Amino acid sequence: MRKLFWGGIHPEGHKDLSRGAAPVPAPLPAQVVLPMLQHIGAACTPVVKVGDQVRLGQKIGDGEGVCAPIHASVSGKVVAVEPRPHPNGQDVLSVVIENDYMDTPDDTLKPHLTHKDLSAEEILRVIRDAGIVGMGGATFPTDVKAFSALGQVDYVIINACECEPYITADDTLLCTYPEQVTRGTEILLHALTPRHTVIAVEDNKQEAIRILGEALPKEGSIELRVLPTRYPQGAEKQLIQAVTGRQVPPGKLPAAVGCAVFNAATAAAVYQAVYEGKPVTRRIVTVTGDGAAAPKNLIVRIGATFQQTLEAAGGMSEETQKVLSGGPMMGVAQKNLSVPVLKGTNAILCLKGAAPQSQTPTCIRCAKCVSVCPMHLQPLYLYRFAQAGNLRELERLHLTDCIECGSCAYSCPGQLPLVERFRRGKQQLKEANRA
Amino acid sequence: MNLLVTSSPHIHSGARTSRLMGDVLLALLPALFAGVWFFGLRALVLTGVTVLSCLLSEWLFRMLTRQSNTLPDLSAAVTGVLLAMTLPASVPYWLGAVGGVFAIVVVKGLIGGLGQNIFNPALAARALLVLLWPSWMVRYAPAGAALDPMSMSVDIVSAATPLHHMVMPALPTESLLDVFLGNMGGCIGEVSALALLLGGGYLMLRRVISWRIPAAYLGSVALLTLMFSKGQDPVQWMLYSLMCGGVLLGALFMATDYATSPVTPGAQLLYGVGCGVLTVLLRYYGLFPEGVTYAILLMNACAWSLDRLAPPKRFGAVKGGGVQ
Repeated sequence: MRKLFWGGIHPEGHKDLSRGAAPVPAPLPAQVVLPMLQHIGAACTPVVKVGDQVRLGQKIGDGEGVCAPIHASVSGKVVAVEPRPHPNGQDVLSVVIENDYMDTPDDTLKPHLTHKDLSAEEILRVIRDAGIVGMGGATFPTDVKAFSALGQVDYVIINACECEPYITADDTLLCTYPEQVTRGTEILLHALTPRHTVIAVEDNKQEAIRILGEALPKEGSIELRVLPTRYPQGAEKQLIQAVTGRQVPPGKLPAAVGCAVFNAATAAAVYQAVYEGKPVTRRIVTVTGDGAAAPKNLIVRIGATFQQTLEAAGGMSEETQKVLSGGPMMGVAQKNLSVPVLKGTNAILCLKGAAPQSQTPTCIRCAKCVSVCPMHLQPLYLYRFAQAGNLRELERLHLTDCIECGSCAYSCPGQLPLVERFRRGKQQLKEANRA
Repeated sequence: MNLLVTSSPHIHSGARTSRLMGDVLLALLPALFAGVWFFGLRALVLTGVTVLSCLLSEWLFRMLTRQSNTLPDLSAAVTGVLLAMTLPASVPYWLGAVGGVFAIVVVKGLIGGLGQNIFNPALAARALLVLLWPSWMVRYAPAGAALDPMSMSVDIVSAATPLHHMVMPALPTESLLDVFLGNMGGCIGEVSALALLLGGGYLMLRRVISWRIPAAYLGSVALLTLMFSKGQDPVQWMLYSLMCGGVLLGALFMATDYATSPVTPGAQLLYGVGCGVLTVLLRYYGLFPEGVTYAILLMNACAWSLDRLAPPKRFGAVKGGGVQ
């Protein structure tokens, strides 16, 4: 098989579970919980207080620096501003809004008739005001990313790989609203003026490829690139390598190799912000897994709880052992279903079986981990040195290059808890460097 | 409802050590069958003895040192079969049993068990047996000997193996076809190139082993014997060199042993070349006609340092980030 990056794996896709139908709006939640941290960077500060009336799309939190504002996803009354459980496992300051079911819109953000009259700075300002972050799950503020790419890039890549098993949120978006993605892409390329603009899709999404192909602008400004399915092709560095052959140097941004990567759902959010004047208040979420009663894609208000969202998809079976935010390779297991859907929540995955955990994990040096690591690392030695607490060796072997894609642990016949150990090792390195 | 909270990834490929070892056992069946075909049922009983010796040693050692029972991982069984492959079918049964105990307890167990051992247990045991009982270990039954499984040891008229001719140096008397099929004197598992290639091919198809070590090993033996041929016809000399004296058994089943070989692609190539060069050197200048055992054992000692010497190229450490 053609391999466009080193390593990687080919897990069972399970995408047909949730694929096919257009996304259905989930019933409106009576209450939404909006954490002030839904992106990578500095947390927002609430700009509303308990008792305030807010409109749909009104800004309720903002901050300085690498930060994206948060908007009310329903209209109604602020009933609490307090720490609430967050899918990352911690309690995070959140604004809780009681829905008045009026959806009274806020009109701060104005729709534009065309993006062609807007300057790059104006487009970036709209992106920031709409609170757009990487919607594939990485949640880096999009305006910051685009700003660092201004005048630096010859490639804009739209990531529609969705390489995690089970998830079909981007797939559904491409099939249902292809013009949102293509027109959002046109806005981005208008701002960044790259020489090449590529929408990258894996070949396990034939329907989306067909529909998107018809929606592409006629003048040929956007290329549709179909890639052989392979995990983790949707990881930013691997996608850049697969599309351009370039490798982002350690510790550098994609702009260092002339590339900027945006998720397909991010491009659609850019379209909605510029043409419809809508900030990020809803997103497509795949509710799926062998434990989900009726897997499907839902349009969910940000801040609706996992519980409500699961119920909107018919609930889950008694045998469900794990509920994940995200896919099975990199998703985060939840213990509490009162956590809210965030801007970066692309899936709620209910799994009946838990991955096996060996009582006596034993490395037999089979070298599988080395051959699947897309970052060219040697997981078996990293594990060994992490167990021994040898931080110098961890640094020499570039533990910090690890993107935690899980390919090594997935493939390990000895069932070593590699990723788990690497996370702790990175933490130890960080603490040691701080001291 | 109590939900499980564990670290990602949450799915697993299903790969298991026991399945990999099971594949190796399966891949050794053709060679074992060839051994029984050419040397008689005694080859099968001797294999049973070494396997039993390895299993018992593993079980007892793990129990006495209060460690988990590792018989289900099948690695001890693999060591048992591999050890038998390196023995002449005529050696006394007790000799095979001693080899099994040494392989499991001394070479593998005492150093920490599976994955920790520096030397290939089966090969290290063979090396010890050759040094302790050379009279048994270099006396080979001729093909078609049909050795009696009931006798504890067998006195046979020792057959000259092709390798004995080659140290003279002269081309062996067996035809290339006989050598390919395994119709010659030798150890149980080394004689049939056909059977070994079948097994090795299976392991590569199943992705249990990569092509790198066998290709580098066989490639360098081929190149060196072609360049420094001792026969009239260099190509014939090369083919005999590849198919005699356990090179195929070594390259496909011994040098690819996980625990004792390197893991990075570059190191695997270097390691294979090292095995090949040492095999030819030992054969041309060594004390014994055979070079494979000691070549691989010497390279075993280098496996971890080779990994350090030839790490994978760091992602993104390309000049200019690889921009054209």
